[in-house]
Amino acid sequence: MSDAAIPQAERFKLSMLIYDSRYRSATIQAVVLTLVLAFVFWIVNNAVTNLAALGKPIRFDFLGDTASYDINQKLIEYSSTDSHGRAVLVGLLNTLLVAFMGCVTATVIGVIGGVLRLSNNWLVSRLMVLYVEIFRNVPLLLWIFVCMFTLTALAPQPRAFRGENPEATMKLWDSIAITNRGIYLPEPLFSRSLGNIDIGIFLISVDLLAILAVLGAGIFAARWNSKRANAIQTATGDRPKTLGVNTALIVVPVLALLVILGFHIGKPALAGFNFRGGINMSAPLIALWLGLSLYTGTYIVEAVRSGIQAVNKGQTEAASALGIRPGRTMSLVVLPQAMRIIIPQLISQYLNLTKNSSLAIAIGYMDLVSTLGGVTLNQTGREMECILLLMAIYLTISLLISGGMNWYNERVKLVER
Amino acid sequence: MKKTVFFGALVGAGLVAGASAAATLDDIKDRGKIHCGVTEGTLGFSARDSEGNHQGFDVDFCRALGAAIFNDSDAVEYIELSSKNRFTALSSGQVDLLYRTTTWTFSRDVDLKTTFVGINYYDGQGFMVPKELGVTSAKELEGATVCIETGTTTELNLADFFRVNGMSYEPLPVGGTTEAKALFEEGACDVYTTDASALAGVRAALKDPAAYIILPEIVSKEPLGPAVRHGDDEWADVVRWVQNALVAAEETGVTSANVAELAKGTDNPEINRMLGSEGSLGAMLGLDADFAVRAIAAVGNYGEIFERNIGENTPIGLARGLNALWTEGGLQYSPPFR
Repeated sequence: MSDAAIPQAERFKLSMLIYDSRYRSATIQAVVLTLVLAFVFWIVNNAVTNLAALGKPIRFDFLGDTASYDINQKLIEYSSTDSHGRAVLVGLLNTLLVAFMGCVTATVIGVIGGVLRLSNNWLVSRLMVLYVEIFRNVPLLLWIFVCMFTLTALAPQPRAFRGENPEATMKLWDSIAITNRGIYLPEPLFSRSLGNIDIGIFLISVDLLAILAVLGAGIFAARWNSKRANAIQTATGDRPKTLGVNTALIVVPVLALLVILGFHIGKPALAGFNFRGGINMSAPLIALWLGLSLYTGTYIVEAVRSGIQAVNKGQTEAASALGIRPGRTMSLVVLPQAMRIIIPQLISQYLNLTKNSSLAIAIGYMDLVSTLGGVTLNQTGREMECILLLMAIYLTISLLISGGMNWYNERVKLVER
Repeated sequence: MKKTVFFGALVGAGLVAGASAAATLDDIKDRGKIHCGVTEGTLGFSARDSEGNHQGFDVDFCRALGAAIFNDSDAVEYIELSSKNRFTALSSGQVDLLYRTTTWTFSRDVDLKTTFVGINYYDGQGFMVPKELGVTSAKELEGATVCIETGTTTELNLADFFRVNGMSYEPLPVGGTTEAKALFEEGACDVYTTDASALAGVRAALKDPAAYIILPEIVSKEPLGPAVRHGDDEWADVVRWVQNALVAAEETGVTSANVAELAKGTDNPEINRMLGSEGSLGAMLGLDADFAVRAIAAVGNYGEIFERNIGENTPIGLARGLNALWTEGGLQYSPPFR
């Protein structure tokens, strides 16, 4: 209420808070805010008191206790002797992994599908309508089940790979094994590895850091080379050839580093009941990823279609009048303008996908809900704490996604002068 | 109190429990029925029959309580609880007790503020594998993929078993029995693990039960029993002694067929005290003198309940095993009625 600080003829009286229209709205807002805060405090206090009366005060120290359950899909080291807190972290990373993979794939499906949906080819556009209507109008959980059970029913079991004349064989020069428990991919290995840095929560591979550093330096050098070429072109009109030099600047140092580190590819191999070695994408991860991508993809198809159709037809006509080919019209003229309509819708689809990934529990993918809201909740019996924590984490993830996307939206939206 | 309930309902039913922590028996008598928490459907233990009525081993214990308190074994409302929300439902007062295949563990008893009042089924965790794997012992399961139902004690036992034996495995946690069974049949996992009693039920429901074997190892103790809220000892006593009466009835040869006859008085003082023709044990519990007679007349003794719901002549086909009376090499044993 900075108004009060302005020097005025009449002196401020307390009754003016109600009778003076300059202050009244602020008074009412202050009163309502106080009441709402008091109500919230009352509810929270009530919950805390009653839980304490039950002998279950709200405490989060259970996160430090030993989890003693195992997680199949993990991005960081974890064993059943680690704490609940670390299990939650593993679950969180799994949620982020599938959300990221899902968002990328759904966007690719959505953009391609959205463009095809508007194709002049009747068959292509009808096929896209079919895809959209089928996937959008069946609950996501069912699609996830369909993906999971299709995978487990159609792909061979690991034991089918055994024996003299196995029923199933590995693909791509014996490097990829597709089983009904997941897909085993070859992994990069280094025989002269630089080791890992332990930053407390997880390990960072020095090899990866070194490769990224060399790659970054290579790209930087290549850009410097292109700039130099631009300068020469401006000065003399002749552009020196840059492609070969640039490629060499980027590729050669990385290759050299890989040779120094002793890079080789580790293939998965059948050992005992399962394949060992290689990178394992478990069946639940694949099923969830496919289900989420295909389902959310339909909404992005519609977002892209509506975005494109919202661009004035004159733009396309103007582009063809200038002799620009249809493909380039789409990518250079229409899509950039459509983006400002598509992106806000994309934000909410990304948020949906991330939140929908909590359906993971149905098929055994250990995401945040399965770890924190599932096993941890069950074993510790701390429902209130687990659910509160779960809500706080999802809220944070969602706010970060929408914050990031809004920042991007600010950058690409049409600047009106 | 009213306000507490109203606002508590806004924040979640779990928060107003303090009000209903004491004098559960009085609340039940006022209400006219018992709120009994049971599973969402475990064949043999608690499942709905074709007419939608709850039937099963655990259900019969709830019916016995109804008979003991109200002389009406149908004065029970069954509330189906998942393994996740069962303790919240109990502590919030949504149910008066759990007969919900709940394993009695230290942390549940002490940390979750529930009180376990007995063990009505001694269970243990087992493994089932397809015969064609040629596995004969759980110690040969190095590297296997294991289907587990999440939210139970089984995933902890599993982790402990494999770690103690220095073996690795791939857990495939699944939300429910139906999904787990389907994945197991498709070969998405090599092993199916859960309590041995439930394992028998799952095996019976597979397409070709003969193609699967249950391994001999039982890797954990799973004592299943009724749980009540911490801090109401009178109600805990009622649940405990009604269950004990059913076991004691089998020990002393009292059955649903002969209980009416024996209640008139026998030359066995233990039976007389239990059935109320001698002493005043019922009044001490806050029940009628013939509470045990009604309970036994309604559902039979422990052995009858077992044989009717999960015994060898049922589709579940469980042997008495650990659940035989202590006189027959089992663990079921009732403290004396005196």
